[in-house]
Parts: sequence; C-alpha cells; structure tokens
Amino acid sequence: MSRLRQLWDRARPVVAVPLGAVILGLVVAGVVALASSVFTPQGFDLLLPFKVYAGLFGGAFLGLDHITNTLVNATPLIVAGLAVGFGFKAGLFNIGADGQFLLGAVMAAGIGAMLATAPAIVAIPVALGAAAIAGALWGFIPGALKAWTGAHEVVTTIMLNFIGRSLVAYLVLNVFQAPGFSFARTGPLGNAELPTLGFLSPDLDRLNLGILIALLLVPAIWWLLFRSTLGFEIRTVGTNPDAARYAGMRPAVLTILTMSLSGLLAGVAGGLDILGATHFIPASYGTTVGFDSIAVALLGRSHPVGILLAGLLFGALRAGAGPMQLDAHIPVELVDVIQAVILLFLAADVIVRQLLRIRRAKSGLEPVEAATGSYGKQASL
Amino acid sequence: MSLEPTGVGSDAPASTGPSEGVALVDHVPALTMRGITKRFPGVLANDHIDLDLRPGEIHALLGENGAGKSTLMNILYGLIAPDEGEILLDGAPVQITGTSDAIAHGIGMVHQHFMLVPVLTVADNVILGAETMSGPVFVDRHEAGERIRSLAQQFGFDIDPNARVEGLPVGVQQRVEILKALYRDARILVLDEPTAVLTPQETEEIFEVLRRLAKEGHSIIFISHKLYEVLAIADRITVIRRGKVVGSRRPAETDEDELAEMMVGREVELVVDRGDSKPADVVLSVTDLWARDDRRQDALRGVSFDIRAGEILGIAGVAGNGQDELVEVLTGLRKPSRGSVTMAGRDITGHSVRSIVEAGLAFVPGDRQRFGLVLSFPLDDNLVLTSYYRAPFAKGLVRDEEAIREWAREAIKTYDIRTPSEIVPGSTLSGGNQQKAVVAREFSRDLKVLILDQPTRGLDVGSIEFIHRRIIQKRDEGTAVLLVSAELDEVLEVSDRIGVMYRGRIVEFLDGRTAKREEAGLLMATGGRAQAAQS
Amino acid sequence: MDVFSIPVIGIVLQLIVYLIDVLPDLAPIAIALAAPLALGAMCGVVGERSGVVNIGIEGMMLIAAFMGFIVAGFVAQAFPMDPLPIFGATPALLLGVAAAVLSAMAVGLLHAWLSITIRADQIISGTIINIAALGLTGYFNRLLISPNPRLGAGIFATFDPPAELTSIPVVGWVFNALLHQGPITMSVIVIVIVLQVLLFRSRWGLRTRATGENPEAADTVGVDVIRLRYRNVVMSAAFAGLAGAWLTLEATSSFQNGMTTGRGFIALAAVITGRWTPIGAWGAALLFAFSDALQVAVSLRPPSGQLGDLLNGIPHEAYASLPYLLTIIILAGVVGRSIPPAADGRPFAREARA
Repeated sequence: MSRLRQLWDRARPVVAVPLGAVILGLVVAGVVALASSVFTPQGFDLLLPFKVYAGLFGGAFLGLDHITNTLVNATPLIVAGLAVGFGFKAGLFNIGADGQFLLGAVMAAGIGAMLATAPAIVAIPVALGAAAIAGALWGFIPGALKAWTGAHEVVTTIMLNFIGRSLVAYLVLNVFQAPGFSFARTGPLGNAELPTLGFLSPDLDRLNLGILIALLLVPAIWWLLFRSTLGFEIRTVGTNPDAARYAGMRPAVLTILTMSLSGLLAGVAGGLDILGATHFIPASYGTTVGFDSIAVALLGRSHPVGILLAGLLFGALRAGAGPMQLDAHIPVELVDVIQAVILLFLAADVIVRQLLRIRRAKSGLEPVEAATGSYGKQASL
Repeated sequence: MSLEPTGVGSDAPASTGPSEGVALVDHVPALTMRGITKRFPGVLANDHIDLDLRPGEIHALLGENGAGKSTLMNILYGLIAPDEGEILLDGAPVQITGTSDAIAHGIGMVHQHFMLVPVLTVADNVILGAETMSGPVFVDRHEAGERIRSLAQQFGFDIDPNARVEGLPVGVQQRVEILKALYRDARILVLDEPTAVLTPQETEEIFEVLRRLAKEGHSIIFISHKLYEVLAIADRITVIRRGKVVGSRRPAETDEDELAEMMVGREVELVVDRGDSKPADVVLSVTDLWARDDRRQDALRGVSFDIRAGEILGIAGVAGNGQDELVEVLTGLRKPSRGSVTMAGRDITGHSVRSIVEAGLAFVPGDRQRFGLVLSFPLDDNLVLTSYYRAPFAKGLVRDEEAIREWAREAIKTYDIRTPSEIVPGSTLSGGNQQKAVVAREFSRDLKVLILDQPTRGLDVGSIEFIHRRIIQKRDEGTAVLLVSAELDEVLEVSDRIGVMYRGRIVEFLDGRTAKREEAGLLMATGGRAQAAQS
Repeated sequence: MDVFSIPVIGIVLQLIVYLIDVLPDLAPIAIALAAPLALGAMCGVVGERSGVVNIGIEGMMLIAAFMGFIVAGFVAQAFPMDPLPIFGATPALLLGVAAAVLSAMAVGLLHAWLSITIRADQIISGTIINIAALGLTGYFNRLLISPNPRLGAGIFATFDPPAELTSIPVVGWVFNALLHQGPITMSVIVIVIVLQVLLFRSRWGLRTRATGENPEAADTVGVDVIRLRYRNVVMSAAFAGLAGAWLTLEATSSFQNGMTTGRGFIALAAVITGRWTPIGAWGAALLFAFSDALQVAVSLRPPSGQLGDLLNGIPHEAYASLPYLLTIIILAGVVGRSIPPAADGRPFAREARA
C-alpha cells in the first residue's frame, strides 16, 4: 500500500488539478441539469442530477455492450488527443485535429470501399495508410506555413478545418459516392473493416482492433517524446526555441515534422473511427472528435498517460450520453457542458486549487505557454 | 553604520520648501532615508540603511551587483514597499505609495535598462503618464514638443521631439529618460548604472549634464559599480555591501583600492593576472565578412581578423555596432552575405550551427537564460544541450539517461556548481551557477575556438574572477578565444589583443597590454584616431 | 510568351471586367458581410494593442449571438410590439442587442481575468473559451430553442437611402452600398473611424499603445497597466458582442450551432493584415468579405463566355472555402512584414527587483 502512496505523492501535484476539474465539472453540470429540468416536459426534479449521473455511469459501464461503446468512443479521442498533445509539447497549437481527422476518415472510407473485396491484410493497412497520409498532409500545410512564413497555426489550422469539411463533402459527393443509398455516402467496406470481438459475444460486436492500436500508440508516443533524441529536440523547441537554435537544433524542420506527425495521428484516428466503428462517411459528418481531442489533451496535460485517461473519460461520457438522455430526458449535449466546465476550471486552475486546497506544483513554464510568444511574429530560420 | 554628516541631525528644522534659496542648502537634506529594511524570500536586500542627500549634491551609491542599491532606489521610487524605515523629503516624512506618488513628490528615476517605448516618438515617451492635453480627450503634441525642446536646451542639448526613439543612439535615448524626469518637475534624480552602455566620450557628456543639473539645484543619486567614474563625478560616495551601508567618503579622501575593498569586503585583485600568451598557428580566420541584420541593413561591413591558438582576441565596441551579428555568423546562426570564415583550415562559411560546433567551436551566449539554458529542464539535460545526440549520450534515436546523469555529476564537481542534485530544473540555480553550468558544458570539450559574449554580465565579483580565470586557462591549453564584451574594462583586462568594432568593421587593432581606455573609447565612439589634440 | 499564358491572361482580364461590372451589386452584400469581421477585428485590435491576445473572439461572438437571440425572442414573445420606423426596431431587438453586448463583455471579463490576473497562456484560454462557447450554446439551443421553433424577434430593417444620392452617376452605388444597411452594419464605419482617431491621438490611445509595446515602461511612469488592460479587454469584447448581435438580429433571424463559422479567426487575420490599426483591419475585413460575397455574385449575375464556363465549373464547395483559403494566403504573405505590438501576448508581472 505504501508504494501506492508514494506513487500518489509524486503524481499528486500533476494530477490533482485535472482530477479536481473533472469533479467540479460534473458537479456544476449536475446543477445545470437541475436548472434545465424546469424546461423539460417532466418539470423540476430535485433528483435529476442523480438520474443524470446514474444514466451516464450506467450508459458507460454497465453491461458489455456499454463498455464496448465507451472503448469505441474513446479510441479516436485517445489517438487524436495524442496528436494534439504531441503538438503542445512542441509549443504548437494543432487546433486542426478536426480537419485532419475528417480527411483521414474520408480517405479510409473511400480507399477502404475500393478495396472491399481485397484480402483484409492488404485492405486494412492500405486504407489506414491513406488516412495517415491525408492527415499528415493536412498537418504539413500549417506546419510549413509556420516554419517558412511565421503564419500562426492557431488561425491556419482552423481555416483548414473549414476547408477540410468542404473538401470531404466534395470527395463524398463526387469521388467516393456509392450508388444505391438514400443519402450521399461512401460504400461498404467489406474486408477493410477492422476485425472485432463479435465472435465472442454479440455485445462485443463493435469492439474492434482500433482500441488495441490506440493503447499501443500511448507508450509509443511516450517513448518518442521522453526517451528519444527527436523527442528531446521537440520538447526543447517547444519550451525555448532560442536555446534550441543555439544548441544546433533546427526549429523550422522540427515544426514541420511535429505538425505532420500530429496530423498523421489525427488522420489515423479518423481512419480507425471509420474502419472500426462507423464503416462509412456521409457528405457532412457530424463528429465532435475534433474539439473533444483538444479537451482530452488539455485535461491530460499533454502527457500520453494523462491523455489515455482523459480519452477514456470522455469516451465514457459520450457513450453514456445517449442512455442518459433516455433516462433523464436531458439533451445529450449536456456532455458538451461538462466538457466546457472542465475546460474552464482547467484554465482557472486557481479556483480548483482554492476549493480543493491543492498546493502549487513546482513545475516550470508549460511548453505551450511559450508558444503564445510566437503569435504574429516572423519565423526565425 | 550610518552616514557621518556634520551639522545635519535628526532635529533639522521643518521644511520651508525646497527652493528657498541656496543659503539654506547646508541645513536640510533634500532626502533622508532612515533604517530602510527590505526582505525578500531568502535574502535581506536592505539592512537598516541610512542615506541622506543634500540639495545640489551628486551622491554616488557604490556596490557590487546584488548588493542592494537598486532595491533601495526602487523603494524610493515607489516600486517596492519597505518592511521598515522611513523616508523624509526636505525634512518632512512622506509615504510613497507608488510611482505616481514618487513622481508627485518630485522624484525621478532613470533605470539601467531604459524604460522607453521604441516605436513611439521622443515626445510621446516623455509625456506618457503626464500627458499635456488639449481638452479632456486629446493629447497636445505641439505644446509638449515645445516644452521638451526648451527643457533640453536649458540643460545644454538639442533634441527632436518627433524622432522615433528606436532610431536614436543610446546616449541620446538616455537623455530622453532624463527629460522624462525633468518634464515632471523632478528635483531628485536617481540614475541606475547610467554609463553601462556609453562610450567614455558619452560618459563625459552625461557628466556635464549632471553637473549642470546639480548647479540648478537638482539633487542626484548616481548608482554605479565603476570605481573611477564615481570618483570623477560624485560629491560623496556611499558604499553598500550585502544590504548594509559600509561607509561614506568624499572622493578627495579615498581611492579605488579602498573603495574596492569596501565594496567586496576583502582585498581584491582588481585585475586577474593574465600571464603571457604563447600564440601558435592561426586557428580562426575571418576575411571580408559582410552580413545583414534582421532589418535587412548591413550590420557587418567587411570584418577581417585572425585568431591564433593560445590567444585571446577581445572585441570592444558600443553595443549595436555589429558585434551580435559577428557572433551569430561565426556560430552559424546567421548566414553572411559575403566573405569567408575558416577554422583550422576548413571553410565553415555559412555552415549550420551543429556542423560548426562539431568542427570544434564552443559558444557561451550573452543571455544565458534565453539562449544558453532551458530553465525548466533538469540540469543534466542542460549540461548536454549541445551534445545530446552523440555517443555516449545517445545512439541514433535512443538516449542513454545513465550516461547523461554520470557526466552531469562530474561536471557539477569539476566546476563547483552549487545545486542539490543534477536533476533539479535549471531555474533553481543562481545566476552565477547557471553561468557555470553553461561554461561547464562548453568548456568540457576539445576546443579549437571559444567564443564568449558578455560572459560576466550581472555576476558578482567572485563569479567574475572564476570565469576570467577559466578563460585564461583555456587559452593556455591552446584554444583560440574570442571575447566580445560591452564592458570595456573586461576587454582591457583579459585580452591579449583588442579589436575595436565600429559600424560593422574592426577599425583598429590594439595590444591588450598597452592599450589605454581613452584611446579605445575614442575609437569606439568615432571609429578613427582623433585629430591632433584639441586643446 | 508560351501557349499557356495567352488564354490565362484572357481569363484574368475577363475576370477583372466582370468584377468591376458586378461591383455595384456586390458591394452592399460585401459591406454587410464585413460587419462581423470588422467588429471582431476591432475587438482584436484594441486587445492586442494593449498587449492581450484574444483568440476567443469566435466564442464571444457565438455567445453574444445566442444571448441576443434568446433575449430578443423571449421579450418578443412576452411583449409583442409593432416595429418602429427607424430600422424596424422593437424593444425586443434592442434588448437583444444589449444582451449580446453585455454577455460578450462578461466573457471578456473572464478572458481578462484569466490572461491578466491568472496569467494563463492566452491562446489556451482563448481556445477554451471557444470550445466552451460551442458546448454551452449547443446545449441551451437544444434545451430552449429546439422545442420552440417559432421563437424569434425578427431582424432589423435596412435603411433606405434617398434616391437623390443613389442615382448619382458613377458613384451613386457607393452611397447605396454604404447606406442601404441595417443599424449595426452602419455603425461599423463610425466605430472604425472613432477608434482610429482615439488610438493615435488621445491619451487613452497613447497609454494603450505604450502598454502593448512596453508595459514595464508604462508602469514606471505611473500608468496602471493592469487596470488599463482589464478595461480595454472588457470594452473590446463589446465589439465582439455587437458582431454576434449582427448574426442573429440583423443578418438572419435564427440561431444555428456554431454559426460563427470561423469569423472570429478571420477577424484575427484581419488584425494582422491591417497592421493592428482599426482602418487597416477594416480594409482587410472588406477584402475577406468580398471573397465570401463572390459566390453570391456568381449565382445572381452569372458571367458569360469562357469565364462563365470556368466559374460554373468550380464546385460549390470551393466557393465556400474561398474566404478561408484567402485568409491563409494573406496571413502567410503578411506575417513578418507586419509587426505586432512588442508585448503582445506577454503577461505583465512586476518582478521583485533585488
């Protein structure tokens, strides 16, 4: 037990605020739900927050099919969260995970449908590879612009999100559209679908290889960031680009590399989502992964393990939202409120510390804090 | 220990106003600070300091970096509140609650690092916070400009109120700072290390201005660590050491050695013994080097020099004459537009930083916190910042944490870096130890060329001695050393040869042992030997 | 001249002629579309000139749009009234604008607190505001508006400029473009000019600019940097609020999730392009708005000939992407030539000077 205690003592300064933010977020959301009940046909109900919590928890964890839903929802969040967090470590704001995700998804859907009859051992890697390349490209563009012109990625990535959505619509309508459906969408994936555990039990029908890939990516990214020379360079550039230059590192190359890698991960997240869960993409894909992944990265403090946990949390919330709405008659968008409040508490971490009496961790400047300094300025080298 | 003054006691008569005529001058101090005490976490910055300032006096505050002089003046100017003590102006106690309050009481301060807004004009900078208005909303620039011009002329210089500050030479910028104080009717002026960035000629000019101000009844506090300067300008000198007043002297009754001993608390060897240099072959050869600065202007205009192994070449010059760009080109951070750089026979012109470093060059940058270290990283990572990618610290993509830590422990011992361990973040080290870490990293290799930029800026005398000794040691090991420093004295003390930089060229080479301050200063200021003596 | 360039030059000439021809019809649309961009840019200019980066303009606009719509809608339901002859104003609409502006200022206060007092990273806090705004407005939209499909207070009517002005040959269309607009759009040009004058000639402007360049210097001469930044950030948020009000009370009479569609970010690009001056930013906003309006022009007044074939061949999705693409291109070309206030984005802290 004392080793656990030791671990907790070391982890506490880093973990306390995010944990506190989550707890406070759930509490506030409960209050909001309570106030909202006035507007529902069922009327004001003092027990409503508890019905909400029960609904969320049950919808996420009670029953194999629900746990499957949680894991399936968490998969793209973990991978895309790694993408965003990876960028943060380099001092880059990849807000373009949305666009990179979508492009990865559409390429996986389109190429996958084309390879539906090919053997799975070919179809799956090729489709996933296409997703990775598309995402990497959509990350390369803002990375190169930042490195060569200084255009700040916070604006260019958001622009590319919108352009990306239009591009996806165009591709689905004009390139990948499959005949025979009542609305515009890509075709069936056939052998390109990721294998699932459905053979064990019908409840596990949706539990696919994607979660395994996501779980493997976590230690891989951790190793890359903290044990490799490339990771050292990325973190140095993210924390102090001037010192990095004097140390012989090349911030321009690292910026481009990091944004491309980040985009690649987000693209893979999109590919896994399609190949594993939804199996097709319509012209206008209503997914929240893009912004959820930012919340996941912030909550997880850009650390792979934190992102894993945060991704599971939001996966659970998204999975539980539907059953919660059925039980408590509160809109599923309440999860967006929970997310919003968690983020606000993360930003105003002082409040969390005050309320939960947490002392300040002795950490240095967060790397992403150094990045605001590059806003609006000319690229150097 | 408090100041001596004869005839001025705590029962000085109540103030009858600051300008009641010169006759009252000897009785009421313009400023009295009594028992001022200020604690910061871990350090007692001011320890019951007493100070008084007579009207029309130039009073120097002498002390090392970190002795507490700036803290004392920041308290006077309302930037910090004292823990204990009181302040009296013209004999009457006052509470100074902020800078506006200090200004209202007639106190003006010229900071060591200019507090000017470069993109604004002289007039805008002067009136900021005390704007001359035409109506409730709009600023009256015309009126302000007139006032500024006449104020300047009153004290013997010309100024264009509509010039943008960023285009002005440093000496003129300093006068803008003084005008800021005068515009607000300051009677007491505090100048913090005003000559740090000036040539000897500009220093003489500013001294003239100060003498005129004193004659007109302004009282001046002059903070400095330069002994010969305070002896030249001050009416009285108060020495502060480790937060306490050590003593007070008139220039006539003391000398540099006594002042230095008071400042440091022991006999100080003012000049490190640099020994004889035994230069061997040429190691670094720079030929007709041209380069542009960030604003696409030519910053280097044909620099040429050689440095031999076992020799220290010092570059003297007023900041902004191309030294930064020279260092950047030599280290690979900036590409030259013309010319060549050769190291040990290899052409390294325009090569990348890493390839130049691998060819045998080490570099100690001027701003250690910004360029030399990553403060939030652990010390051991900082100690391998330039070699993390090579064996034994890494093989390909994989880092060897144990090897890094071992090397770090060794370096900490060899260079006497005061730190609890090798894994604490660099930010926890003091300035002197941070610089030692940078030095440890850069000096611990087989070096052909060593470049140092302002290596002892802001350090205490002990650390300065340590670093100068290490530089000379490296020279004796056969390294070619290039020392760039805005502190002319450092260059004069340590260098075997001196190159004076002016407007992007080295205008003259001097012998390190025989060069004179005045000669070097003139070259720094004008770029050419003076005409026949002007007398 | 190789074979390629001749038809290309021909097309370009046709394009220029077409644009000039369609300008009188395009201009009023573009000026209206530029209103939220310009107002967002004013928010950015004032904030960044003080040294605070506001990435959350998008979120402020969205919340303002929502609050304006809701308040106006509920007031209109409770107190239905005939619209006044001036701009078709009703108490509902006016209260809606007030609600939009005030709610944006509340968010501005939050951003100010996070950036100035907490000294959190300004880009992160702005991004958080954006995500939070999306989530909160989405939820309350579902809760309050979806069950209430007839909710709405209508929109402001546009002003009809006198025919004497608009029928002046050659330049009459300019008056039409500027004046045949709703109240918020017409207020934009006034706001821009007033801000430009104040920023460079008033005491407030001088202190603001000094604070954005070198807050330490301003501090040492007695300017209250913290207070100035707080006031400027909150005040600038009012402009973002006005932009939000434009969306739901002047342009359309409904609220959609995420209806700001990146305008807040295009506004940031306009700030940089306009070199952090109100007039420059407004010009940049106009440029972006014109690219947005191009799609409308092509459908209203289709060009003929080669140009027509070309333009009709371009997929609809490409037109929708045009403003975003233009933003990226201009940003890439302009950053680095356009110098921000030196202390932009850097929190101010009075260091303990030892």
